[in-house]
Amino acid sequence: MDSAFLKVEGLKKVFPAPKGKPSLTVFEDIHFTMVRGEFVCIVGHSGCGKTTILNVLAGLDTASDGVVIMDGREISGPSLDRGVVFQGHALMPWLTARANVAFAVKSRWPEYGATQVNEIADRHLEMVGLGGAGDKKPSELSGGMKQRVGIARAFAIQPKMLLLDEPFGALDALTRGTIQEELTRIVQATHQTVFMITHDVDEAILLADKILLMSNGPQARIAEIVVNTLPRDRTRYTIHKDPQYYPIRNHLVDFLVSRSKSFSEQPPADYDPKAPPEVRPGMVAAEVPPIVARAEAEARPVAVTAANVINLRH
Amino acid sequence: MPKSRNLAAALLSLAIFAVFVGAWHIATLPTAGTVMADTEYAKLLGTEAAGGQKSTVPGPKEVALNMWKQLKDPFYVRGTNDQGIGIQLAYSLARVGAGFVLAALVAIPLGFLIGMSPLIHQALNPFIQILKPISPLAWMPLALYTIKDSATSSIFVIFVCSIWPMLINTAYGVASVRKDWLNVAKTLEVGALRKAFTVILPAAAPTITTGMRISMGIAWLVIVAAEMLVGGTGIGYFVWNEWNNLSLTNVIFAIIMIGIVGMLLDFAFGRLQKLVTYVD
Repeated sequence: MDSAFLKVEGLKKVFPAPKGKPSLTVFEDIHFTMVRGEFVCIVGHSGCGKTTILNVLAGLDTASDGVVIMDGREISGPSLDRGVVFQGHALMPWLTARANVAFAVKSRWPEYGATQVNEIADRHLEMVGLGGAGDKKPSELSGGMKQRVGIARAFAIQPKMLLLDEPFGALDALTRGTIQEELTRIVQATHQTVFMITHDVDEAILLADKILLMSNGPQARIAEIVVNTLPRDRTRYTIHKDPQYYPIRNHLVDFLVSRSKSFSEQPPADYDPKAPPEVRPGMVAAEVPPIVARAEAEARPVAVTAANVINLRH
Repeated sequence: MPKSRNLAAALLSLAIFAVFVGAWHIATLPTAGTVMADTEYAKLLGTEAAGGQKSTVPGPKEVALNMWKQLKDPFYVRGTNDQGIGIQLAYSLARVGAGFVLAALVAIPLGFLIGMSPLIHQALNPFIQILKPISPLAWMPLALYTIKDSATSSIFVIFVCSIWPMLINTAYGVASVRKDWLNVAKTLEVGALRKAFTVILPAAAPTITTGMRISMGIAWLVIVAAEMLVGGTGIGYFVWNEWNNLSLTNVIFAIIMIGIVGMLLDFAFGRLQKLVTYVD
């Protein structure tokens, strides 16, 4: 476990009591780790504190207890090491798309001149397929384009980790599909470590290496960690043809429909919040021997080479 | 549709203006009235008016002719009590400008502080609430006594009346900057000063300029009254002086000019407002 890039230990959030009422523990005993280059999705019902966890990782919120250690250092506040894509795109409407990205670039490298900053901004706009929209104001862009600018802005600072708070929640299904595809492509090219909140089970299976399932709040915890054993080069056109797809999907839906609630009421006797059970529902149906697949799954995230990273960065 | 409506509106405006001028003309036509008893008054007004043949209120033609005469030579100086309308307006505008700029220099930074710090907001709120409803002219005697200069006193009065809308609007605009934008700045580790100028200021700019526009409107209302009180120069003094001269023609002329300048000021701030407004 020493290879862990991000370690979350015993995270807990308590909201102070309104007069005369007991205080509210949204979640507690949250333990999980991420390795470099891993894409982790967190799934759970509203009110289980997903956004709070993400905000703690971003440094925008503080936990009541527990620590988050990223790259050997404790997270104690916001930092350029972590790029955030907000739920509502959070673009500044008085700036053009380019200027919105440039604002982030300028924050990361204050010593850069305007030309260099704009060049980096344009490169990242191109990366999300908005090469020609640099001079447009957010009000002139569609919802999907705005979210793309938000993604470009987050990538432009070359963060060690990317945090996505339900970034596609407000988009229509078609746009969502396209942007998911783009995100997969960029993440694979840059080997970006990503932590993402989603409500969409299919989105989680498409994008994530690991899916954290949260039980219902209050006192929510990570009930299970589902390892996505589908090959990483999956696309949304072919994914549902893989025999592993439906077992994983059914497992996730079952959890959200019934087990998230029953878990909160009565967790299994052998449940240890410090090491939530890792499950591989895809392997049940897969024809490949489980041993090989597991070895593959464990080897996957390590395949980060410097040459690949430089490719899209400068 | 809007084009034909524009035309219709312009025609209607012209018609209303024509009716108004016509009514004014008819109301001020010479009448064969009674002879005035008071000879002093008759002397003052001229024999025709006193005799009732001519109205004491000037008609539109007289006002228009006078307006033409005044506007042809707006910058003449014939002694301290007889100066062109351009000079009088310039005095007033300079005072309004000075008071307004001083007020903006105090109100906008202070508004930022109040908007960003709930503590300072709560601490200053009672003072603001008490000072805000005071008529700016009520400060005049105190200003005259302490400053001992009538021109500076009227600038001070303008300062006092322009500060509140700008202060309150700035504080409100700064306090209601969207949390998302501030979070973006936070995650990008943007320093306080850069955040103030590149995030909060543009975000609050439409609200701040609205405050400036209101302040300017009030300042232009107050300067007339202030100059009537302190005298010497300015459009307010001009009105009062012409009343003392019993030149209603000039009084009406001044009223029209005050309206036009006020409209232009408001128009300028409207443009500024449009410039900083963003579509979300």
